[in-house]
Amino acid sequence: MSDATASPTAPGELEAEALRQDHRTRWLMSLPAIAIILCAAAGPLMVMVVYSFLAPGDYGNVKWEFSTEGWVSVLLQRDIFDGTLAWADAHLSIFWRSLSLSLITTVVTLLIGVPTAWFIATRPDGKREFWLFLITVPFWTNLLVRTIAIQELIRAEGVINLILLKIGLIQEPIQMMFTNFAIGFGMSYVYLPLMVLPVYAAVEKLDFRLVEAAHDLYASRWKAFRLIILPLIKPGVIAGSILVFIPSLGAYVTPRVLGGGKNLMFGNLIELQFGQGRNWPLGAALSLTLMVAVMIALIFYVRATSRETHNG
Amino acid sequence: MIPFQPGTETGGATKFNKETKMKTILAATSALALVAGGAVAEELNIYNWGNYTNPKLIEKFEAETGIDVTITDYDSNDTALAKVKAGGHGFDIVVPSNSYVPIWISEGLLLESRPDQMENFENVDPQWVDVEWDPGRHYTVPWQWGSTGVVVNTKYYDGDIDTSAIFMDPPDELVGKINVVPEMGDVMGLAIMYYGGERCTDDMELLKKVRDGLVEAKKKWLGMDYGNIEKFAKEDLWAGVNWNGSTFRMRLANEDIAYGYPKEGYPLWMDSVAVLKDAQNPEAAKAFQNFIMEPENAALISEFARYANGIKGSEEFMPEDMMSAREIVIPEDLKAAGKFMKTCSPETQQIYTRIWTDLQK
Repeated sequence: MSDATASPTAPGELEAEALRQDHRTRWLMSLPAIAIILCAAAGPLMVMVVYSFLAPGDYGNVKWEFSTEGWVSVLLQRDIFDGTLAWADAHLSIFWRSLSLSLITTVVTLLIGVPTAWFIATRPDGKREFWLFLITVPFWTNLLVRTIAIQELIRAEGVINLILLKIGLIQEPIQMMFTNFAIGFGMSYVYLPLMVLPVYAAVEKLDFRLVEAAHDLYASRWKAFRLIILPLIKPGVIAGSILVFIPSLGAYVTPRVLGGGKNLMFGNLIELQFGQGRNWPLGAALSLTLMVAVMIALIFYVRATSRETHNG
Repeated sequence: MIPFQPGTETGGATKFNKETKMKTILAATSALALVAGGAVAEELNIYNWGNYTNPKLIEKFEAETGIDVTITDYDSNDTALAKVKAGGHGFDIVVPSNSYVPIWISEGLLLESRPDQMENFENVDPQWVDVEWDPGRHYTVPWQWGSTGVVVNTKYYDGDIDTSAIFMDPPDELVGKINVVPEMGDVMGLAIMYYGGERCTDDMELLKKVRDGLVEAKKKWLGMDYGNIEKFAKEDLWAGVNWNGSTFRMRLANEDIAYGYPKEGYPLWMDSVAVLKDAQNPEAAKAFQNFIMEPENAALISEFARYANGIKGSEEFMPEDMMSAREIVIPEDLKAAGKFMKTCSPETQQIYTRIWTDLQK
């Protein structure tokens, strides 16, 4: 001790040593987590990348030959009948369907989710937990079971059609099942809690005095919402939108059960390549394409939120 | 050839041992050892289509042999093939369709278990012995066979139903209420034969007609989905492409439903029980092969899934309503139109996949 204090540089060195020690322990302790991330995330991803550059095996799987065919056929395809190279409009239109349905789902969940979150956040202190608890109730049941329950609502002899028929609003059952409406309806229901929860978190932190101040300064309700509330809860709204949009884009179960499989979504297209299509490289390339699309969405998110902090 | 049934998917059993003070690495290794340390009692792991195995059949087998049976479901030939090829599956028995059996054999996945030398082999109907996909039955035992045809609810349409026009060129009454099972091989087979082609054809002119015809017809369909027994029974769907046994089960729930054998040609298939080369319990698996060639046991298979089984004498033990059912007994004049599907070459398969994707875009 006395030795250490004798030298003027010693405390700094000791501190540095302690810091290095601390760094080492931290690394060592996070090693299992890093290993899991490497094995469980990076590993499979690398397999996908490698597979997307191989040739399809005769009966599924891959042949170990380099080929860019998988990637080329994501966007381009040789017409099977006249041999001309053209845009793969089947893939593009399937991707467009996924994209537009995901956007619609996001908008619908926003329109329902924001008022719901607002309602919960403005309840008295002890009551909020109860409402939040109600929001989580659907999570207790398996996704597939909930999806099939929706089917019971919208089928020809389902609850909705029976009620509409009874009150005489319609004469014939409306065809809702196996339509894009069914997919949008199902996904909006399934992903709604993912919108409500982050928006709630944002609204709860909202300083309501600011809203009062806006009203004091003769702001209309709409103006107060647009200029005060919306900018303050924006991070929550964006987080919710991302949480809804991304899984919608890759959704598989809901489109399969409610959409009737007549029109593929992107997730189902990928499944086709790994199953009956026996074209794993194309499937891998399509999956990576989806990932890139998701990443682009995330980059927009980061941009939007970082602008937010700059302004603040 | 059994539809995807939501909820029947069975994942592997997972067990968590909660230990409060866990020496991470030690615990992990001992857990691995637990998994690796094999079972003692005799077991049999069957990998079969979902909603296809009669629980009574399994109970009987367990009671007679003392072997513990576990069943895992799959929903398509390709799923089964991919999983088994990947290895480490732990299954002993698989039930591929005829068109896939040659792939399983040529990929070296099946054990040559020689059912033809087993005790009960004499019960196999001679017409199912020298089959194209397994001549002389050196690998496989018949499980069930059937056809892919059309289903129509006769309350809504009472015209001729023995034609693929039901879904390729639907009568006005049925437009918008048609479901076609998304089984590429079967639907392509039906459509190709509808235009007068041969199975696995690579005649591009004909395939163009097939593609355009399917794309045009699809506008009049409602869905392309599996597992529709109750949707037909409840009349959400009125017509479509379906398998005979599954249609039989629909008719039992709704008597207006009828099964048609397209006179232009329709696919036949047989699912057969095979032992995997890397089976953990090959003896138990062989015992199961022998067991299901017993007429009484084969009847149990059919009683559940409502397909014919290919074992002589099993009729005696079958429910009476199966003996005369149109879904099981093919009318004489339509017998010749039924064709067993083949494995198409990878090149042809790729063209078919493209047509299939075009159809579902």
